[in-house]
Amino acid sequence: MERNTISVLVNDQPGVLQRVSGLFGRRGFNIESITVGQSEEAGLSRMVIVTLGDDDQLEQIEKQLYKLIDVIKVVDLSAKPMVARELALIKVKADPSERPEIMGVVETFRASVVDIGSTSMLVQVVGDTQKIDAMIELLKPYGIRELSRTGVTAMIRGNVQ
Amino acid sequence: MMTQIPEMRSTEELREKWKTPEVISGSEILLRSLVLEGVDTVFGYPGGAVLYIYDALYGFNDFKHVLTRHEQGAIHAADGYARASGKPGVCIATSGPGATNLVTGIATAYMDSVPLVVITGNVFSSLIGTDAFQEADITGITMPITKHSYLVRNVEDLPRIIHEAFHIASTGRKGPVLIDIPKDVSAAKTLFTPVNNVNLRGYNPRTVPNKLQLDKLVRAISEAERPIIIAGGGVIYSGAHEAMYEFVKRTEIPITTTLLGLGAFPSGDELWVGMPGMHGTYTANNAIQQCDLLINIGARFDDRVTGKLDGFAPKAKIVHIDIDPAEIGKNISPDIPIVGDVKTVLEMLIPEVERASKADAWRTQIAQWKLDKPLRYNDEGKVLKPQWVIELINETTKGEAIVTTDVGQHQMWAAQYYKFNHPRSFITSGGLGTMGFGFPSAIGAQMANPDRLVVSINGDGGMQMCSQELAICAINNIPVKIVVINNEVLGMVRQWQNLIYEKRYSYTDLAGSPNFVKLAEAYGVKGIRATTKEEARAAWQEALETPGPVLVEFLVSKDENVYPMVTQGSTIDQMLMGDE
Ligand SMILES: Cc1ncc(C[n+]2csc(CCOP(=O)(O)OP(=O)(O)O)c2C)c(N)n1
Repeated sequence: MERNTISVLVNDQPGVLQRVSGLFGRRGFNIESITVGQSEEAGLSRMVIVTLGDDDQLEQIEKQLYKLIDVIKVVDLSAKPMVARELALIKVKADPSERPEIMGVVETFRASVVDIGSTSMLVQVVGDTQKIDAMIELLKPYGIRELSRTGVTAMIRGNVQ
Repeated sequence: MMTQIPEMRSTEELREKWKTPEVISGSEILLRSLVLEGVDTVFGYPGGAVLYIYDALYGFNDFKHVLTRHEQGAIHAADGYARASGKPGVCIATSGPGATNLVTGIATAYMDSVPLVVITGNVFSSLIGTDAFQEADITGITMPITKHSYLVRNVEDLPRIIHEAFHIASTGRKGPVLIDIPKDVSAAKTLFTPVNNVNLRGYNPRTVPNKLQLDKLVRAISEAERPIIIAGGGVIYSGAHEAMYEFVKRTEIPITTTLLGLGAFPSGDELWVGMPGMHGTYTANNAIQQCDLLINIGARFDDRVTGKLDGFAPKAKIVHIDIDPAEIGKNISPDIPIVGDVKTVLEMLIPEVERASKADAWRTQIAQWKLDKPLRYNDEGKVLKPQWVIELINETTKGEAIVTTDVGQHQMWAAQYYKFNHPRSFITSGGLGTMGFGFPSAIGAQMANPDRLVVSINGDGGMQMCSQELAICAINNIPVKIVVINNEVLGMVRQWQNLIYEKRYSYTDLAGSPNFVKLAEAYGVKGIRATTKEEARAAWQEALETPGPVLVEFLVSKDENVYPMVTQGSTIDQMLMGDE
């Protein structure tokens, strides 16, 4: 089983997210993360879906997606050199005495502190999935109060499409 | 008996007039658009959310509207109409319960790739999402079982949406499209300008195949020693039966047709080997298991056909021709994938192929299998056998009738013992296996073909799932010949209990069923019962000679099983053959 990242260009219609995610559920495909937002063209949205599966399954996913009338284009990003990024907000327990240590972690990861409470810090980190996983691992010992990840958005490098 | 359905009367003149822009209501836009799409028959059932539409239908005689007695009857009838005619079937239902009553029929059409345009009303736009009276999210509910769907938010979009819906339903791999119209949208007025073009960026069915793949297939045919064709519903849907015939005759490759493919190739032909799969013939199943080249044309490797996937056609190079790219590689990954419209593909292939010359020994082998193991049943006792009833119907109609079936043993016997010669003459729920489909689908098929003999073959179980539609047969004088093969049990389920669940007949006895003759009579339909062969012949003859609808009930033995049978989890050459 591999982790695949696919980008799906869709008509910006009500219900389109339901159509796409419903298709995954119904056909027994797994969704690890899904992000949706505007694309470069008005009226079209881009979804980036991370899914686990083998090659045959990936091929089926692409073909089934193309059957949806609102799907314009499907690109398997993981087959090409791509840039994949995720954002996470992590609220970590931080007594004033622990703050310098936490700041050390934040700096190493080039993350940033975007808010400080009396006993907590809110850390923002951007990067690929592994980087965020690693950051969370390091912050765990301090006590994570709240965690919110956006899921992956991605794009092919260079001048291609 | 009166005729309720007025004749269509929209003239060319009227159609022309409707093409000029005019301010009218959403409901009128709907009706005019349907006429402009070529619709001549609509099946429906009114209710609060479609009151504006039904008000516009008052005195509107430009297509026929059939008021069924249940929305399920309406959608199966629309489905039967579509399968028999090749044109999209249309049905209308109200919001909430009306719409949800359509769900089984939509799923049935979706599984069998039948073009339908399904129109539902919904509550006022302002009430959507409030759990209003009779509100159901029918677009959400049916998303997994429609090819596409629309919730119309604006009356200006209606002409475009209707035109797109017909286009989507009836092109590429066909299927049901839902249009959900809130009540205020059907009431709102706007300038109606008919739409004639579609502009759907995400929808471009590919009809013309890749030439390189075709060349591979041509070579494979010339090299094959044991080739076989599996032809499915796609052959019929693409109107490719003539091309199919020519292709088979030119290559002399033996052919098996799936349940939905019956009629795609004349069953009397020496190259036809019967149906494959769970209740397929000995010859078809062995041919598949031993072939070295399997050419699947417009079938989808359904599990009822393949049996255990791992072990299916183990020696074969596999070719898969389908209009839907997603079917290719879904269950079986082919050596030669060909995406395209079956008719286009066959027409391109025909001039390129020659007689499969290395396959003579194979043809002899197949002819021998057919001789050694034909379909058969034990007809010694006194009781009426269901297979015999099908043979009687086949004999007397000379294979020329349109036959619809319900689901169960009678369906398989009809598939096995009726000899189909024409496409669109066998109408049955294959993919979903929907009980209750047989009888209302016959009504639709008859409406599409007023001059043909339509025979609807049902079990006593399934007949009770939509028997209320006897009313519309009577009142509209729809001359369907309704057959009830009454074995007093849920035969197909009982067969499994008999063979696999150690004769533990849990809830398959249908005691309490109505007297079907009286049931028919209660609706004003003639009913006849037969318990012996003599009675059966006479009853059936009488039914054929009586104008108008007739129900004939044949009382048959309940212990009869459908053979051959491949039990689940076996490869298809492991067949139970019955009395041996
Ligand atoms: C709506 C629906 N419910 C249940 C089934 C499961 N089922 C398949 S065949 C069958 C028995 C059908 O009995 P009957 O209509 O009497 O026909 P027979 O098999 O006896 O010919 C049943 C219950 C089904 N296919 N469809």
